[in-house]
Amino acid sequence: MSWQAWTRTQMAALVAQDIPEGAVVNLGIGLPTLVASQLPPGREIILHSENGVLGMGPPPGPEAADPDLINAGKQAVTLLPGGCFFHHADSFAMMRGGHLDICVLGAFQVSTRGDLANWHTGAADAIPAVGGAMDLAIGAKQTFVMMEHLSKSGDSKIVAACSYPLTAAACVSRIYTDLAVLAIEAAGLRVLARCPGLEHRQLESLTGLPLRA
Amino acid sequence: MIDKLQPSPAAALADVPDGATVMIGGFGEAGLPQELVSALLDQGARELTVVNNNAGNGDRGLAALIAAGRVRKIICSFPRQADSHHFDRAYRAGQIELELVPQGNLAERIRAAGAGIGAFYTPTSFGTELAHGKEQRQIGGRGHVLEYALHADYALIQAERGDRWGNLVYRKTARNFGPVMATAARITVAAVREVVALGALDPEAVVTPGIFVQRLVCCPRPAATTEARS
Repeated sequence: MSWQAWTRTQMAALVAQDIPEGAVVNLGIGLPTLVASQLPPGREIILHSENGVLGMGPPPGPEAADPDLINAGKQAVTLLPGGCFFHHADSFAMMRGGHLDICVLGAFQVSTRGDLANWHTGAADAIPAVGGAMDLAIGAKQTFVMMEHLSKSGDSKIVAACSYPLTAAACVSRIYTDLAVLAIEAAGLRVLARCPGLEHRQLESLTGLPLRA
Repeated sequence: MIDKLQPSPAAALADVPDGATVMIGGFGEAGLPQELVSALLDQGARELTVVNNNAGNGDRGLAALIAAGRVRKIICSFPRQADSHHFDRAYRAGQIELELVPQGNLAERIRAAGAGIGAFYTPTSFGTELAHGKEQRQIGGRGHVLEYALHADYALIQAERGDRWGNLVYRKTARNFGPVMATAARITVAAVREVVALGALDPEAVVTPGIFVQRLVCCPRPAATTEARS
């Protein structure tokens, strides 16, 4: 393999560059939380967390952690000047009512038409947990997905149709993986960027789907 | 004189019957009324239906209630966590029923109950397996799913300060489900860190008006909480 896959930090930086000044953004649990530390300095971007905070700041030092000030991943956070707190129904009104500009979510699979599967593997012995994923996916003005391009078994996580249970249909507009950045458009998937050394044909072959340059 | 202050968590929960539906505030441990849940454990009511965002963390609070076999059914959005071992065991053993609800539907179903709304349509979960068996319709060209209000017999919530009328203010993200759950239960029991005199809370800043609170208990913040977390 002659290409060099992007690191998780580089993936986070690619997502962060596409978040415009003034945006209100929710970063999902897992990989998307890395985006917070990559936001370009000088851009004022407001982070929302569904447990009830707008204007979330970086993690505090260990001495300053407050068990009453956490994010959706239940990690200690801080509040920026101008930030505020609200209850769960208000918080989900922000999400479901179309008030968030962008949400960034992890995924098991994304289909070519933007269907998202990220809450349940469907395995018989798995305990399902959905949290706020379905609300974010249907509610945010734009849903970005951030995930590894291939599963541990080497299968593409970008698929013609999701085999895992759906979180929401036709909601994803952009996919950021360790190999490429892709836009989901009416005409299909379009490649916006590839990791260093990866040819378009190689990316198509790994994905197993036709991609527009 | 109206005085909703109870002498203890035990006194505030003495009449919880077997089979009651109990909302418990909190997101993880932030806003989880530990003293009230401990009192419910001691009180002995069985066959409970519990409404909470999660299904217990570690070994105390809601997890202890589940471990003691007192919860027949849990209605929540995110049961599976790294430290939800008591729920995981009970679920796999078929000892507890799970109603999995998207978090926004959980909050809105509770809000609807408190506001006298019987049901509502929402796009959340449309086209997914969580919509199976539910009424659906197209509204404004978009698929919606019918969700019913979620009522409770009791709501156990944590606030920061309260007065004898039951007016409440919260602290940071510990607010989470407290204000909506308070509206949706027949009897809302609020644990507060501090009881203040009537008039001491800024009326512009009251988050939960006392009409939604039936009982108040003073449970000062345990001194070890901050140290234990850091």
